[in-house]
Amino acid sequence: MRRERVPIPVAVLAAAGAAFFVLPLAGLLARTPWNDAARELITPVSLDALRLSMVASISATVVALVLGVPLAWIYARVEFPGRGLLRALTTLPMVLPPVVGGVALLLAFGRRGLIGAWLASIGVTLPFTTAAVVMAETFVAMPFLVLTVEAGLRSMDRRYEDAARTLGAGRWTVFWRVTVPLIAPSLAAGAVLCWARALGEFGATITFAGNFPGVTQTMPLAVYLLLESDHPQASFVLSLVLLAISVAVLVGLRHRWLGTA
Amino acid sequence: MRWVALVVLCSACGPTANAPVGGVHPVYVFAAASLTEAFKALPAHDGLAWIYNFAGSPTLVTQIENGAQADVLASADTANMDRLEKDGLLAETPRVFAHNKLEIVVAAGNPKGIHSLADLTRSDIIYISAAPTVPAGKYASQILARAGVTVTPKSLETDVKSVVGKIELGEADAGIVYVTDVTAAGVKVQGVLIPDSENVVATYPAAVLKSARNRAWAEGFIGDLLSAQGQAVLHGYGFLPA
Repeated sequence: MRRERVPIPVAVLAAAGAAFFVLPLAGLLARTPWNDAARELITPVSLDALRLSMVASISATVVALVLGVPLAWIYARVEFPGRGLLRALTTLPMVLPPVVGGVALLLAFGRRGLIGAWLASIGVTLPFTTAAVVMAETFVAMPFLVLTVEAGLRSMDRRYEDAARTLGAGRWTVFWRVTVPLIAPSLAAGAVLCWARALGEFGATITFAGNFPGVTQTMPLAVYLLLESDHPQASFVLSLVLLAISVAVLVGLRHRWLGTA
Repeated sequence: MRWVALVVLCSACGPTANAPVGGVHPVYVFAAASLTEAFKALPAHDGLAWIYNFAGSPTLVTQIENGAQADVLASADTANMDRLEKDGLLAETPRVFAHNKLEIVVAAGNPKGIHSLADLTRSDIIYISAAPTVPAGKYASQILARAGVTVTPKSLETDVKSVVGKIELGEADAGIVYVTDVTAAGVKVQGVLIPDSENVVATYPAAVLKSARNRAWAEGFIGDLLSAQGQAVLHGYGFLPA
């Protein structure tokens, strides 16, 4: 790489930009009660939130894989009128404020919602349940999986599929034995990205699913509520756990994003 | 170009001390969510402009503890005010400006026929509460305990307005909120009385903060609140006199 002389204003602004991200993390680390961290983490509220967050975010990722991979496949392989529009609609949650997503979910699946009113009539109510948490997380996180997998499908060399077909493999066999292995890196990256986003979900969850320990209070919700309790240290420790997971995700996906040059 | 960035940065820094906004001085009032409608209806004050930040009382206290620029705190309980007093962040002894009682909030027309606290335990009722960290949530559990009613809320909402919101939307059937929240919410909801023997009386204190940029202006707000006119506005929203 060519060495570049850095103009001073650029260096100053860049340093300020970097500090803007590093300082909050330093603040969190400085205020974490390290000696009591383990004790804070095994309180019932923290443990409930951890368990629920894991169950819900993994469920959301599974749902996103089951529904999102076919969607990505159709976007990548099938030309149909309105594809661009549909693609935009299903990607919208990436830029939509999550709380708006939560309101939209309420208006669709709440007790008086478009579908929810009918569901209520057969005795199914979704708000305030763990299922609602999974729905909120899937809504917000699935687009990350769909876009990543779609990109993988578009960039793969389709001649391998054609070759398998000419050798007599059925469509299903081709998909599982050729396509899936070829797009495995995209699948994995999409799933991890989706899971990380689901784990951090706050706005849609608290709006659509409410907040109750053990049922709908995920880690981000617990962080928010514990900060206001007379015991904010627990909030710092849970934040630290989420931070550590985020770092792990970033390290895991570093080849995709951070460049390894 | 370099200056553009600086201007953008500084415009985001917020008002500096003594900088009048359009000739009037802003007074930053941090107030409990239950005061939203009543405070917005307070009459204007010559030369001063009330700028409100409404949230659950503990949120406000946390914000002030972490250095938020606030001139006055109006809390929905004495415990949160005491927290700031213990932190040494108050400029004066808090003064009580209103009281409030609680009510069961239900959808307009009371479709589920909820008439008492005991009805909240029915299996067809979705009961939600404010989180125990906010005063309304604490009061709700005190009331249920006094009435000898055991019911687990489906959700612990971040503030009392969010409880009313879920009732308005029809997602929940009942909650325990301030009488004033029911009045403020209008025609979409109605209240079911809780008898005095089971009810609690919420006390609302206000105080000027050490961080106030000008104590006299901040004092102006509390003065207005305690004036006959201010008390009449609060009364109009269902608050009980100080």
